[in-house]
Amino acid sequence: MMRDTFVSFIVGLVFGLGLLLSGMANPEKVLGFLDLAGAWDPSLALVMAGAIAIGFVAFTIAGKRSYSMLGKEMKLPSSRHIDKHLVVGSLTFGAGWGLAGFCPGPALVAVGAGEIKAIVFVVAMIAGMAIFDVIERVRKQT
Amino acid sequence: MITVDWQAFTPWSALSGGVLIGLAAAGFVLLNGRIAGISGILGGLLAAPGSDRTWRIAFLAGMLITPLIAWALFGLPAIEINAGLPIIIVAGLLVGIGTRYGSGCTSGHGVCGLSRLSPRSMVATTAFMTAGFITVYLVRHGIGG
Repeated sequence: MMRDTFVSFIVGLVFGLGLLLSGMANPEKVLGFLDLAGAWDPSLALVMAGAIAIGFVAFTIAGKRSYSMLGKEMKLPSSRHIDKHLVVGSLTFGAGWGLAGFCPGPALVAVGAGEIKAIVFVVAMIAGMAIFDVIERVRKQT
Repeated sequence: MITVDWQAFTPWSALSGGVLIGLAAAGFVLLNGRIAGISGILGGLLAAPGSDRTWRIAFLAGMLITPLIAWALFGLPAIEINAGLPIIIVAGLLVGIGTRYGSGCTSGHGVCGLSRLSPRSMVATTAFMTAGFITVYLVRHGIGG
């Protein structure tokens, strides 16, 4: 119980450091990457390349195990169903990402840095998540 | 044609930051057996039962104190937010609803999902990248530019 809480804390910290160091936590840099028609900054493609190179090895190992090294059950998504939710949701997320240059992780890191606009963004994002929960609850009742 | 802004290009910090993100995702799945997807971790906190809350809060707490640690280690990198507040609010709402509806964001689908070669995550990543490219195009070169 204590060990996996500590791991979560350290993972959150290392993940956040990676976001800051890579430039992902800087919306202006993110928008420079998304701006293909302007002066394009390809840096963030290397962030993905670096992360996936390590991630690929780890998830290949993880995929062969039923329990983690701390004896926790492997909770890997098993759904292979590609549906409207996945596509429409991701398009909606991408539009928001392109408007502000923030996705969830970097926004949280920027909140930690005391950025007022990041705090407003995260409050709106949590409101968006809550709206989703309410819609889903209503949908399931009908 | 695409014009690369070589002066803005920061290959080494991008690559080393990416490696840190990869190590974090690797540590999370190998030790805790979970996907390091930020929208899922945060969104789950709104709906999760009590016992599931501790690790989510610990993860988010780690992310929140990151700038302090970064500041001590190598100095806090720039965070430039040029969008106005109304845009920030609309963007936040879209990101919140979209990531929950699409079951993931840049970390869950983009990093972890692509690392797992998940077809769902490949579709999701293609969708949000495309929407991001189009949105920035419209804002900078279309309606706004």
